[in-house]
Amino acid sequence: MKTICTEEMKAMLLFIADRVMESKPMLTEVDSRIGDGDHGIGMETGFRAVKEVLSGEDFDTVNQLFRQTGIAMLNSMGGASGVVFSTMFMGGVKGMQDTSQIDTQAFADMMSRSLEAVQKRGGARRGDKTMVDALEPACAAMSEYQGGDFGEIFCRAAEAAQKGVEETKRYAAKFGRAKSLMERSIGYQDAGATSVWIIFRAAADWCLKKEAEEA
Amino acid sequence: MKKIINQPAAVPEETIEGFIRAYADDFEKVEGVKGIRVRTPKDKVALVIGGGSGHEPMFAMFVGENLADASANGNIFASPDPNTIVQTVRSVERGKGVLLIYGNYAGDNLNFDMAAEILEDFEIESRTVRVWDDVASAPKERITDRRGIAGDVFVLKIAGAATAAGLSLEEAYRVAVKARDNTFSLGVALSGGTIPGEEHPAFTLPDGEIEFGMGVHGEPGVKRMKLIPADQTTDFLLEKLLEDSGIHRGDSVCTLVNGLGSTTLSELCIINRRLAPLLESRGIGIHDMEIGSYITCQEMAGASITLLRLDEELQKYYDMPCWSPYYQKRAKKAK
Repeated sequence: MKTICTEEMKAMLLFIADRVMESKPMLTEVDSRIGDGDHGIGMETGFRAVKEVLSGEDFDTVNQLFRQTGIAMLNSMGGASGVVFSTMFMGGVKGMQDTSQIDTQAFADMMSRSLEAVQKRGGARRGDKTMVDALEPACAAMSEYQGGDFGEIFCRAAEAAQKGVEETKRYAAKFGRAKSLMERSIGYQDAGATSVWIIFRAAADWCLKKEAEEA
Repeated sequence: MKKIINQPAAVPEETIEGFIRAYADDFEKVEGVKGIRVRTPKDKVALVIGGGSGHEPMFAMFVGENLADASANGNIFASPDPNTIVQTVRSVERGKGVLLIYGNYAGDNLNFDMAAEILEDFEIESRTVRVWDDVASAPKERITDRRGIAGDVFVLKIAGAATAAGLSLEEAYRVAVKARDNTFSLGVALSGGTIPGEEHPAFTLPDGEIEFGMGVHGEPGVKRMKLIPADQTTDFLLEKLLEDSGIHRGDSVCTLVNGLGSTTLSELCIINRRLAPLLESRGIGIHDMEIGSYITCQEMAGASITLLRLDEELQKYYDMPCWSPYYQKRAKKAK
């Protein structure tokens, strides 16, 4: 896939929403080890709201779609995840030219702006054991990629995110409730980073499925 | 975990609905969001508190006379979203600004900060006081990393009185900061709390073991040991609190023994029975003692001790009567 139009993007976001909601038990389990175990609940709440908003409406632009996705998460989740993950979805479209279809280059640029917005808002840097540890390498992998294929760019992003998740096991938490654990949080992966990986993996799977259907 | 609930996700909303039905003369729900407000906000600086649901009666139900004007409530153990906070503030703000008080957690900080930015667009001035009383949650050098626990009660009590007394936003903020900076808590956990609808507790402690400094969401504490009698537990808690706070002979304090949810009032009273003579023997004056489960964590077992060091000003606001269904103070009797 060289470009994705608004309608396809909506289908992809709905696919991602289902995947994240299915992952709730796994996210809860991951978060319980060093957090308070509510990350999965928060993500499920957020993506249920996303499904409601997206299902009930038609969108003209990719911009609107991502903005509404972000707002749905922001107004339903609460917690640090609510702010940070909604920013991941709507931070990148701020100031972006309205468009009803997007290529991999523009998408990578959008995600880089999202990353910037997430870091500005949340204050976390690479190595702080947060979702940034997965989002930053995923965005870097997307920016590097020049091949123009969506299935491929999301696969690379997911792979980079997964490596980022693995790396969080080595870090001591600097943010959120796991922070008070400090060194004791070492050895466990970060739940927010895990969610970022799930999101990119789902995007990749949606593209691969779509390409297979069209082939 | 057996619980009397309907849909787990509906717990915060249905809790508010039931509460409002009982106290509809005094409170109403903020339209469209999980907020509770006093029916008739006074012409003063507004005081709005907030936090995750599931810590009842804090935060939702600490609204009332000379207390908070409104509370913005999130999902279970998750901070409220910015829209909930903004709508809640707008429902009680009377043009004199709003003082926002909440526990110092990443989620609350992010959402309240975002809300404060949005309030600027509505030309509502705000000041923020984050409560960080839990001495176990970070060393003193990183005090802004400490969590807010039962100390919320005292900071909110003082701030409620200060805004009710007609102080300006700046002055009320100054007093609330002073209360926050003189509030210190330390707790002990016996067992973990649960998230409604989840099968397993969010965290567990081995049989027969307790943990000092454990957070109300199961954040690990500073020392785990075999269960010891109440007196020794109290000794340990107070020792650490005095060491950290620097409260000493000649100081005057208010105390709160707070239960975490499933610990009984008798256990809290037994802690308090020991606490009083311990303070007296050290020459620390006891202005007031409170016992109650004000900030809880569902079925969590355990308790904390909070000390509020008073000066003349803080004492004046502490002594002002206040009322909410689960926390109230009468005018102090002359000794």
